[in-house]
Amino acid sequence: MSESTAKATASGGGPKISKVSEAVIRIAGNSQDGIQAIGGFLARLAGRSEQEVMTFMTIPSTISGGPSIFQVRIGSGEVLSSGDEADVLLAFYQHSYENHIGFLKDSGVVLYDSSHVTPNEDWQKKYRHVGVGISELTVEAIGGTAKDKGKNIFALGLVARMFDLDVSKLERLIDERFRGKVSTVAETALTAFRAGYGYMQTSLAEHYQFTPPQKRGKEQVVMNGNEALAYGLLAAGVRFGAGYPITPWSDLMEILRNELPKYGGTFVQAEDELAAVSMALGASYAGRVAVTGSSGPGLSLKGEAIGWGVMAEMPLVVVDVQRGGPSTGMPTNIEQSDLNIACFGGHGDSPRVVLAPASVEDCFYTAIEAVNLARRYSVPVIILTDQAISTRIEAFSMPDLKTVVQDITPDLSTRADHKPYDLKAADGVTRHAAPGTRIESGVYPVVTGLEHDELGHPTSSPKLHLAMTAKRRRKLQALARTLPKPELFGAPEGNVLLVGWGSTKGSLHEAVEVARAAGDSVSCLHIRNVSPLPEGLEQIFDGFNHIFVVEVNDEGLYGYGQLAGLLRARYCDGRIQGINKTDGLTWRVRDVLARVKEKLASPKNS
Amino acid sequence: MSTPLAEVERKPLTKKELAAEHPTWCPGCGDFSVLALYFKLMEKRRIWHEKVTTVAGIGCSSRFPYFVQAHGAHFIHGRALPFATGLSLSRPDLHVFVFGGDGDAFSIGGNHFNHCARKNVKLTYLVMDNQVYGLTKKQTSPTSPIGFKSKTDTWGAQDEPVNPMRQALTAGATFVARTTHTNPKHLLEVMEQAMDHDGFSFIECLSECTEFFEGAFDSSNPRKGGEFLEMPQGHDVTDEMAAYRIAGVPFPGHFGVFYKVQKTTKNAKEAEINRRLREKVKGLEDWQILQQNFDRMK
Ligand SMILES: Cc1ncc(C[n+]2csc(CCOP(=O)(O)OP(=O)(O)O)c2C)c(N)n1
Ligand code: SF4
Ligand SMILES: [Mg+2]
Repeated sequence: MSESTAKATASGGGPKISKVSEAVIRIAGNSQDGIQAIGGFLARLAGRSEQEVMTFMTIPSTISGGPSIFQVRIGSGEVLSSGDEADVLLAFYQHSYENHIGFLKDSGVVLYDSSHVTPNEDWQKKYRHVGVGISELTVEAIGGTAKDKGKNIFALGLVARMFDLDVSKLERLIDERFRGKVSTVAETALTAFRAGYGYMQTSLAEHYQFTPPQKRGKEQVVMNGNEALAYGLLAAGVRFGAGYPITPWSDLMEILRNELPKYGGTFVQAEDELAAVSMALGASYAGRVAVTGSSGPGLSLKGEAIGWGVMAEMPLVVVDVQRGGPSTGMPTNIEQSDLNIACFGGHGDSPRVVLAPASVEDCFYTAIEAVNLARRYSVPVIILTDQAISTRIEAFSMPDLKTVVQDITPDLSTRADHKPYDLKAADGVTRHAAPGTRIESGVYPVVTGLEHDELGHPTSSPKLHLAMTAKRRRKLQALARTLPKPELFGAPEGNVLLVGWGSTKGSLHEAVEVARAAGDSVSCLHIRNVSPLPEGLEQIFDGFNHIFVVEVNDEGLYGYGQLAGLLRARYCDGRIQGINKTDGLTWRVRDVLARVKEKLASPKNS
Repeated sequence: MSTPLAEVERKPLTKKELAAEHPTWCPGCGDFSVLALYFKLMEKRRIWHEKVTTVAGIGCSSRFPYFVQAHGAHFIHGRALPFATGLSLSRPDLHVFVFGGDGDAFSIGGNHFNHCARKNVKLTYLVMDNQVYGLTKKQTSPTSPIGFKSKTDTWGAQDEPVNPMRQALTAGATFVARTTHTNPKHLLEVMEQAMDHDGFSFIECLSECTEFFEGAFDSSNPRKGGEFLEMPQGHDVTDEMAAYRIAGVPFPGHFGVFYKVQKTTKNAKEAEINRRLREKVKGLEDWQILQQNFDRMK
């Protein structure tokens, strides 16, 4: 908790009230206890209060649930990461208490269910312990009919009182969430909430209050990365999708399946990923760019068809919500190890576009950008997200949907003639005439995965293969020239430049802030256009002594990760080194900084 | 869709306008007949270039789209059906015809065949069954008869072949027919019926590979001393069990429509889901529908 002013209230014998600008709350329990719901309510409330918020959760890998956490960081100022350490630990069980107390700040608060947790004496000296018989009191408040149900909402009441949260807004959120079901469900939830809130009123010596956020006067929406990406695709005009279930992509495809029909679209659950990508390509060929997606193993299966998309120059959007690999790997882990397969996972020379959104908000806009790049350059575009960003909840400014939502209905009007693979096209880019288009010359195109002439007919001419290969490459080189130079965070010159991509942006920015506050010369560059890379990176690199590429993947055979490998290949710059890990978690700020120190101390770098 | 007057006045397309590049097939290859009758079908049924789409996978037979002067897609080995599914579901205004070989259909694409059939996607799938891998030069195919000497079974094919009719019936195809390239009249008739079927229509057309399996179908060709057996008298095309039994008649077996029933197509089911969901957002523009979701996430 960053405390700005910690002053006791003068008024009588009430609890002491401390002002805080931000707080990290870690909720630890079993997933079936609804701990995600508590976190979700807190995040949504923060969004409605114009605060910044970021969450972090772990998914148990078995259906029956199991230990799981949900961490919320709420701030009145900028929130860049979900936080290295917690101010408050809400522990439902002994295992939650023991496994997570290490994440608590010194003198942090443990709020534990005294029905299940026996506190440890040593820890009691180090942290403030508040035991509440959460399980018993919940039963007392709402009756014992549904064992363990409702204790999450009771606990939410405790936290609400502790942080003096806006009760009426929270009650409205609870009501919205449970309304619609049987009317008593919402009633019961509210009763549990009030019981928790009332209990805390009298049993905590210190309460906290968030300093008022800087009002931006813009409404906020609160959602996770999978939701933002799905809605971005809808906004972009995608009306067909196909996929096969796999964690963590499934949530995204379920949203598309349920939402697309409202827009006159369709989503097909295919028999496998090979079929899914093929269906999407067929729909793209029908005239409107379509989407498919998966996680790790599924992307491997889609490889051949994506290559067809490159060769036939067919627009397509492929989402890969990365997880731990290889093979079935670590399905619920965070990893950024699909960069290579996304960029290079095709046989032959098959350049494609790869984008990696940096935040939940960015997922929404990246989806739209992906659709537009796919159409503009007639090429498959892969969006690389990961388990972290797909389940992370963030608040962001309500997009102006009226202007953002686009209509990409295909133009099927008659044309005089048509050459899809025209080598003399002004911008060098293929434009397809979708089936249904009448071509007056009577000469019709074939789209194909064989090397072809300008009409799509197969050729064995080396000259044509050369020309067509160059055509497919050049259009992406042209795209690279249009990309903005990535923004540098921190000073443009200094000792260390951290380079990251995708979901780690917030942590790296925070690392820069912490380092600079400590007087260290560290800046950060974040890359979201992974392929093609934007131009001019070498000029940025020139301002630094060390370039450390921080990724959640392995250091590989040669000591650096996947983006680092790409940058080294492109820039032949030996200063580019890797900071890598594969522990299934996102980067913590202090771990990044510790690894930077280590790196700088190594003889190679001194 | 209403047909503009100009279209009504268009003259039916003939082979001249429909033939694209000259087929690269070997002289005598059965696939020539299928192509010729595809042109006939378009002429007879007054289908315009732009109203039909020819889709194929990979194989000799799958080169079909290049030879047709109409929109076409030459996709990857075994996956023509899912590609065509995406097309068919997106574009109810088109006739979607899919062509391919026995390897494409029953080996690498076997699973897609089953699922496309059970989903009853509206399209016509014609498999040119030559009981061999033609393009890759004489390896065993999933329909090769036991004992067929290929380069991968030099001592004769070992495994029980796929029975395309039975495969289609058990997968849930709603139109299942069998024909051969040596009987053009029959081939055209079957194609026409398949095209008119509202659902997944499947045709197995025996199509001789003169290069690698010469004479394979002589026993069904009267001109070669064989016998062309129509469906048994009085066969009820809605009787699935009867169709299954007839499909078990030893090679060369019967030719004709084995099975034909009307079931709601995937296309119609999805359209119905659309109708129901769109009812709830009646009068709203796309951005307003999305706004509803975003308002719930405030
Ligand atoms: C993924 C993949 N595997 C293998 C091949 C090689 N291949 C091309 S066609 C074919 C088999 C063709 O047999 P069939 O489908 O019966 O068609 P036919 O040539 O007999 O008409 C094979 C194995 C390929 N193109 N792609
Ligand atoms: S190899 Fe066989 S199937 Fe292929 S074109 Fe020649 S005859 Fe036809
Ligand atoms: Mg064959």
